Amino acid sequence: MFVIEREHFQALLEALHQRGFETLGPTVRDGAIVYDRVERDTDFPIGWTDEQEPARYTLKRRSDQAMFGYVVGPHSWKKFLFPPRERLWSAAKNGNGFSVMPEPDHSRPLALIGVRACELSALAIQKKVFTGGPFVEPGYQSRAEKLFVVALNCGTAGGNCFCVSMQTGPQATAGFDLALTEIIDADRHYFVVEAGSQAGTDILNDVPHRQAEKVEQQAAVTVVEQTANRMGRKLETEGIKELLYRNFEHSAWEEIANRCLSCANCTMVCPTCFCSTVEDVTDVTGDHAERWRRWDSCFSVEFSYIHGGPVRSTTSSRYRQWMTHKLASWIDQFGTSGCVGCGRCITWCPVGIDLTEEVHNIRASERTANKQ
Amino acid sequence: MLVQPMLPVPYVVDKVRQETHDTFTLELNQPGTKAGFSFLPGQFNMLYVFGVGEVPISISGDPLAPRPLVHTTRAVGTVTAAMRKLKRGDMLGVRGPFGTHWPIEQATGDDIILVAGGIGLAPLRPVLYHVLAHRSSYGKVVLLYGTRSPADILFQKELEVWRGRFDIEALVTVDRSSDHWRGNVGVVTNLIRRAGFDPHHSTAFVCGPEVMMHFTVLELGRRGVPDNRVFVSMERNMKCAVGFCGHCQYGPTFICKDGPVFRFDHIRWLFGKREV
Repeated sequence: MFVIEREHFQALLEALHQRGFETLGPTVRDGAIVYDRVERDTDFPIGWTDEQEPARYTLKRRSDQAMFGYVVGPHSWKKFLFPPRERLWSAAKNGNGFSVMPEPDHSRPLALIGVRACELSALAIQKKVFTGGPFVEPGYQSRAEKLFVVALNCGTAGGNCFCVSMQTGPQATAGFDLALTEIIDADRHYFVVEAGSQAGTDILNDVPHRQAEKVEQQAAVTVVEQTANRMGRKLETEGIKELLYRNFEHSAWEEIANRCLSCANCTMVCPTCFCSTVEDVTDVTGDHAERWRRWDSCFSVEFSYIHGGPVRSTTSSRYRQWMTHKLASWIDQFGTSGCVGCGRCITWCPVGIDLTEEVHNIRASERTANKQ
Repeated sequence: MLVQPMLPVPYVVDKVRQETHDTFTLELNQPGTKAGFSFLPGQFNMLYVFGVGEVPISISGDPLAPRPLVHTTRAVGTVTAAMRKLKRGDMLGVRGPFGTHWPIEQATGDDIILVAGGIGLAPLRPVLYHVLAHRSSYGKVVLLYGTRSPADILFQKELEVWRGRFDIEALVTVDRSSDHWRGNVGVVTNLIRRAGFDPHHSTAFVCGPEVMMHFTVLELGRRGVPDNRVFVSMERNMKCAVGFCGHCQYGPTFICKDGPVFRFDHIRWLFGKREV
């Protein structure tokens, strides 16, 4: 364990720039903390925090100058590795035929700064989807290979957080190059730093740092422990796959559909949702064609369209698909839950549907039925 | 293994054959090579019409004669409508083959029951080619084919040949008769009761609309064919065919890679459930 003083944080950014990384991190924009390019330490949301409840997100001033004193915003890191819109290839007509040109790899090395433990899990989950199966997504793989991750052990828990239930946080345990814990005492502001890779150690050597003292290490442990005790929500995951599989037919789905707007917000903010569609386009001459991939959502009616109509025409079936996939069938498909407990889907649902509560209701209805 | 699984490979259209008023067969060859297109019966390709779009279509040709690559489909959407207008010499993008196949190797020694509804005959035709080429490896072979009307009968000439053989029982039925039809009328499940096979030593391959497959499996069960000897081919919306786009999920499965061919007892718990 090491210590980087707050005044040397800028040196960390510079060390990353020096090695050719584009630095991406949290910044305040449009009343939210979003992930974008960050050049200087002053780009970070210094002194800001966020308050979250179902369907509510508000930025508030903190009493200190914390750089990472918020939880998670509407963005997730997936947009950098799995862009919302991306050209897959181009094709040009020649005579009766055509030729297809793969999209050149323009990806630059990216450094993600301030990645929460739940988000590290989300990155690992998506990586499995795109590179862990019989086929490998070349664009994703190329970007993931060049990634540098500065993780952040959470010092704050949000009203919709439940990473403890999902066993993904708040302590970053794997998948990072450097992990920071931000500590603000009465008279000091510093980061306790752990290196998780050789690349992390190399960067650290370019930044003024020193060995952490016992008391500083203990302070970092305390920060994470306190956060773990302040989770806003919890989700009972015991037997959750079987629970949802057993309840494919349940009145809860109809009841949720009375509130759900099928707006797809939950899937857009979810750091693991990976569904996409393709758009085939041509220019006006008709001689040049392209295929683009863009994020899609299982909440759209067209998503399940086959000849004759959509398979999932009702909101209840689409919500069931989403939640059952996220919490149950994902386990069969990829060996882990698709949920990391970040709470974004609860915060950004316009009507405040809370999946932890919906699972609880289904579970409770079974218990009631068993008693009778 | 495809290195660039999302990249279509241009194939040239060698022949277009109108099968019925809304179905057609394309024969395709890859320019610059004499090599055929290796596939297993039941697998599918993603076919791309330049500038229009891409759709999953099963392979309907002979796996033992993989050149040309043969696809039979129905013109139902924008892409298949554009595909139908292709002429000899035009080009089409091909990605594949994808998905699981009808397990013909496991069915050796068994009676083979093929039950097809409508265009569902196309993905089963490669099985028939295989079985006929290895006729002595199988017991009785039964083809039960149901279609909407006599005008919708696919592969009519071949069906006549198969009906003329003593080593296949090929029965056809239509939902709606016409003036000149003297054959069976009614749903394909009616044929299951009459067909000659040993239910305890049979493997059934079923392809058609979900409701047709639902009643077919029930009727096969009534005759004593166990669910683990019945295979069905499922269909869902599909964009990538390689497990990335999420569209073809059917419960915990991805139809593009875990299917389209499933052993029925593996998906029985989902089958027939509303809007899965």
